[in-house]
Amino acid sequence: MTSTESLIDRKQLAYIASQAADARLNVELETEGMTLNIGPQHPATHGTLRIIAHLDGEQVVWAEPSCGYMHRGYEKLTEVRTYPQVTSLVNRIDWLGSFANEVPFILAAEKLMGIEAPPRAQWIRTILFELSRIANVSLFLGDLGVQLGAVTPVFMAFRDREHVLNLIEAATGGRFHPNFDRIGGLKDDLPEGFIDETRAVMKKLRNFCTEMEDLLFGNEIFQSRTRGIGVIPKDIAMQYGLSGANLRACGVDWDLRRDQSLPMAWDKVDWKVWTHPDGDSFARCWIRLQEVRESTLIVDELLKSIPSGPVMAKVPRIIKVPEGEAWVSTENPLGEMGYYVVSKGDLGPFRTKIRSASFNNISIVPWVLKGVYVPDIITILASLYFILGDIDR
Amino acid sequence: MSPLSSTETPIAEIPGDTLRERIIDDLRTRIGADLLDSLLKPGDDLWVRVSTSAWRQTGVALRSMGFEYFCFLSAIDWMPSPFGKGEDDPTAPPVERDDTVRQGYAGGATRMQLLARVVHPSLHVGVNIKCDVSDSEPVVESWSPIFAGANWHERETHEMFGIGFAGHPDLRNMYLPSEFEGHPLRKDFPLLARMVKPWPGIIDVEPMPGGSDDEEGEAE
Repeated sequence: MTSTESLIDRKQLAYIASQAADARLNVELETEGMTLNIGPQHPATHGTLRIIAHLDGEQVVWAEPSCGYMHRGYEKLTEVRTYPQVTSLVNRIDWLGSFANEVPFILAAEKLMGIEAPPRAQWIRTILFELSRIANVSLFLGDLGVQLGAVTPVFMAFRDREHVLNLIEAATGGRFHPNFDRIGGLKDDLPEGFIDETRAVMKKLRNFCTEMEDLLFGNEIFQSRTRGIGVIPKDIAMQYGLSGANLRACGVDWDLRRDQSLPMAWDKVDWKVWTHPDGDSFARCWIRLQEVRESTLIVDELLKSIPSGPVMAKVPRIIKVPEGEAWVSTENPLGEMGYYVVSKGDLGPFRTKIRSASFNNISIVPWVLKGVYVPDIITILASLYFILGDIDR
Repeated sequence: MSPLSSTETPIAEIPGDTLRERIIDDLRTRIGADLLDSLLKPGDDLWVRVSTSAWRQTGVALRSMGFEYFCFLSAIDWMPSPFGKGEDDPTAPPVERDDTVRQGYAGGATRMQLLARVVHPSLHVGVNIKCDVSDSEPVVESWSPIFAGANWHERETHEMFGIGFAGHPDLRNMYLPSEFEGHPLRKDFPLLARMVKPWPGIIDVEPMPGGSDDEEGEAE
């Protein structure tokens, strides 16, 4: 049997299951439904997300996430801050990959001002961006095991993520909230010894990926719990605005690092965008594993060609951004993260729309959980991968 | 000029001027005079403004043109905040502020505007769509039958701006309690934390890395 046939089978089975759940609700009215509350404080929900699921036996009739437990109103807060002050806010949206949140906002402000960071700053930005992706997604890989009942991977993930966080701390001074990006460049240059240390750590992370591949992805239980579960077809994924690994796992070859021109260094090195045709939980996890490995290779390549020069362009001391509107989005660890910045020529933005990846990625949950069995809720949520702060903002 | 359609495979083309001009022309053939205004920044981005009654029709048209990827939907309140940056001394007399409503790119006539973005997944070109929302009756047709993902974005916009969406299945609050009054992202909604305690200072100047104090750039 070819892989395409099995894919069609799995999609059909998922479809039949959801239809059966619908039909059971409509026809067999004598069966009594049950409402299951998962969360707000449940070990399998990465924080305070609450899922309300209506069950018929073991099958979900409908399910809905209930957000808002971590709404901090960043869009409103940006309206009373200056541009340099906003980075410390947006740091806290996706707290596992903080530096990556700062970059699109700074790029949007730079676009409005018509300035560009010097090449060295672009290179260092890209390196730190990829390091935060590695720190973020390596924790996902460890956490994935925990959600499926395997405890060892998370210890390995914490062990190896620590090396990456040490690098970020060495460069920026902050492990989680670097607040390092500035309009026109970076706060500082790289510290001494950073390049050699990074090379060594990237090697360790590649070993970690191999370990995960052997330990988790080759495991029979893992495969049977994730393969064919939570299948999302391409067109549905597009409609819901899924992005990042979730979209590439549906077979869509689209990566914002490659497919748009930004003043960053991704287009200066050669790398690969990974896709998977299946669209199931396994595909989403597998893509992320490949992307961590690819990121370590990107960092290695960038370190070879890092240009010399200043890390800060000439910018006014008091930053006033000219009137206008700009949209910049980047391929963050969780998916497409973008800022729509409206400026009225003031010290701070007039309005900022923060388009975070997890908000869209989680909005598909009512669709994808329809008809699945209760244990699969956990694997599907884990594989969609969200950060609570990234949903609520 | 052949219209862009989702059935024909798009030729690899640099997303520049001609491509975006074709998008505007194609959209005009589909929705006609309901395309009120457009702004094209060469090689950067495209803004169009459509009439309120054609909001859903625009979504359908864009989707059939191949803009299948729904990015986001939100709104902008163009009224300048009556509270400024929330830095006024509460004991001092109220400050006079300019309260003229000035819309941004692609113009507009009302204080509230909807803003959405859809992207063509193979051409990698996005369109920002705006539409005016009247103050007296802030209701627009929902996009959720066209893009299923618009469901949550419309709920959020309804909660934050008080804009209604006709045909939306369920406009419950997402973040705030259901009995919450007011729409927090409207400019006339005060940020209470700033009202009760003034912010220590809006201007923060950080020394440039490696630069001395006399090197002030183009300081204003």
